[in-house]
Amino acid sequence: MLNISDILETITMIQEENLDIRTTTMGISLLDCADSDIKKSAQKVYDKICRKAGKLVETGEAIEAKYGIPIINKRVSVTPIAMLAGVSGGDPVEYALALDRAAKTIGVNFIGGYSALVQKGFAPGDEALIRSIPRALAETNFVCSSVNIGSTKAGINMDAVRTMGKVVREAAELTADRQCIGAAKLVVFCNAPEDNPFMAGAFHGVGEPDCVINVGVSGPGVVRAALAKAGKDKNLNEIADIIKRTAFKITRMGQLVGSEASQALGVPFGIVDLSLAPTPAVGDSVAYILEEIGLETCGGCGTTAALAMLNDAVKKGGVMASSNVGGLSGAFIPVSEDAGMIAAAESGALRLEKLEAMTAVCSVGLDMIVLPGDTPADVISGLIADEAAIGMVNSKTTAVRVIPAIGRKAGEFLEFGGLLGRGPVMDINMGSPAVMIARGGRIPAPLQSLKN
Amino acid sequence: MRAVITVVGKDMVGILAGVSGVCAREGVNVLEVTQSILQEFFAMIMLVDISKLEMPLTALQAKLAEANPGMTIHVMHEDIFNSMHRI
Repeated sequence: MLNISDILETITMIQEENLDIRTTTMGISLLDCADSDIKKSAQKVYDKICRKAGKLVETGEAIEAKYGIPIINKRVSVTPIAMLAGVSGGDPVEYALALDRAAKTIGVNFIGGYSALVQKGFAPGDEALIRSIPRALAETNFVCSSVNIGSTKAGINMDAVRTMGKVVREAAELTADRQCIGAAKLVVFCNAPEDNPFMAGAFHGVGEPDCVINVGVSGPGVVRAALAKAGKDKNLNEIADIIKRTAFKITRMGQLVGSEASQALGVPFGIVDLSLAPTPAVGDSVAYILEEIGLETCGGCGTTAALAMLNDAVKKGGVMASSNVGGLSGAFIPVSEDAGMIAAAESGALRLEKLEAMTAVCSVGLDMIVLPGDTPADVISGLIADEAAIGMVNSKTTAVRVIPAIGRKAGEFLEFGGLLGRGPVMDINMGSPAVMIARGGRIPAPLQSLKN
Repeated sequence: MRAVITVVGKDMVGILAGVSGVCAREGVNVLEVTQSILQEFFAMIMLVDISKLEMPLTALQAKLAEANPGMTIHVMHEDIFNSMHRI
């Protein structure tokens, strides 16, 4: 018989500590939809997504009912659309509209893959797609976009960095009447993973199979509660151990749901992404975990060290719990989606510079950060370049998802609602990198050998 | 197919009868019962066979909750506990 305390522990995790499966994401390859006629191509895209993912939401709901664990999001990621746009030519927004219609038909809440991979340069389709991103995000509700502008192997494409500074601003400007939501659906990556199930950066890489199910788990609230129970007198070895054990249990949920969904849908199971993904719900915060470890507020000295330990312990615990781990896997620090981060940013304890340092030791990067409305495109490009450099040199994924709050300044808020939360406008150093950004070209790939 | 029914709430007369009555009507076979009373709180865990159940677990949970007002009742498939707590 199952142990009574184990059963009650599971129920407490789900009922009180916000344990949930953050997302089941179906990755779908669209390479076989490419057609030299863009209308035909877009129609094939719509048809294939509806055919493959038609039962995704229904299946997710059946699993929720069976196990009593909420699956918050059901999503779809597709082949980077720039590849299709390269074949068909024409206005890539046509594809965004087809993706949006498909998302609406099958009932998913986001569809990712309005993307281009340009770390080394632009192929046909890439540039047209990148320039169309602001319009595509303004004209659709569910489409998410990402652009990979750098990698450890290729260096950083500074022409793309320059363009993306402008694109981010324009995405915010075109949706200024809707809390600048366009920019919240756009991620600029360095070392983008091909199997990431989390939005807005999900796309289905070319090395992936035709169709695959990836699962993203969550559970900052569970980790925080476990640390709170442990008390203040445990040393950091013991704290790391508690995090590992908790991460193991959380990941087992992801593994169970993923294999169940893959069986029900007849689609291979890809990976579990071990990320601790916060939500604006009280208690479901990564910042609160850091504070539970022993910081007065997230953002103070000690934050980077605490986060480094948390991030590492989550991976160590999770790896053994799953047959395949991938995606971003680590702790997320999206400011507007994390009650503790919002509070710390609002009080001034958490600053952009500290966030940048934190991204060197945890998953992803500068995420859901609201910038003053008058931030020039050059400064955003500089920020993207800095973040990409951290990723490039450390062989890790980094990303920038910042939202210039058009017409607002430091101290004011953008209210996205739902999982995207609300974010205070944060101060940014306005010293101009304009000359460097205007140079363009490429930052060469860093030396990764001669390690003796 | 087995599921775990958990019942937590203030102790009173007839909880076990209330829960097992619904199970009997819906073709759910009770395999094991563990219960304890912590202060005045009643906690019961039932392992049941649901292979003859003809409705989703959420519907069974709703019926159990209706028949036992005031108690917090969860019905979840056994595998969630097995996968979380056993290697």
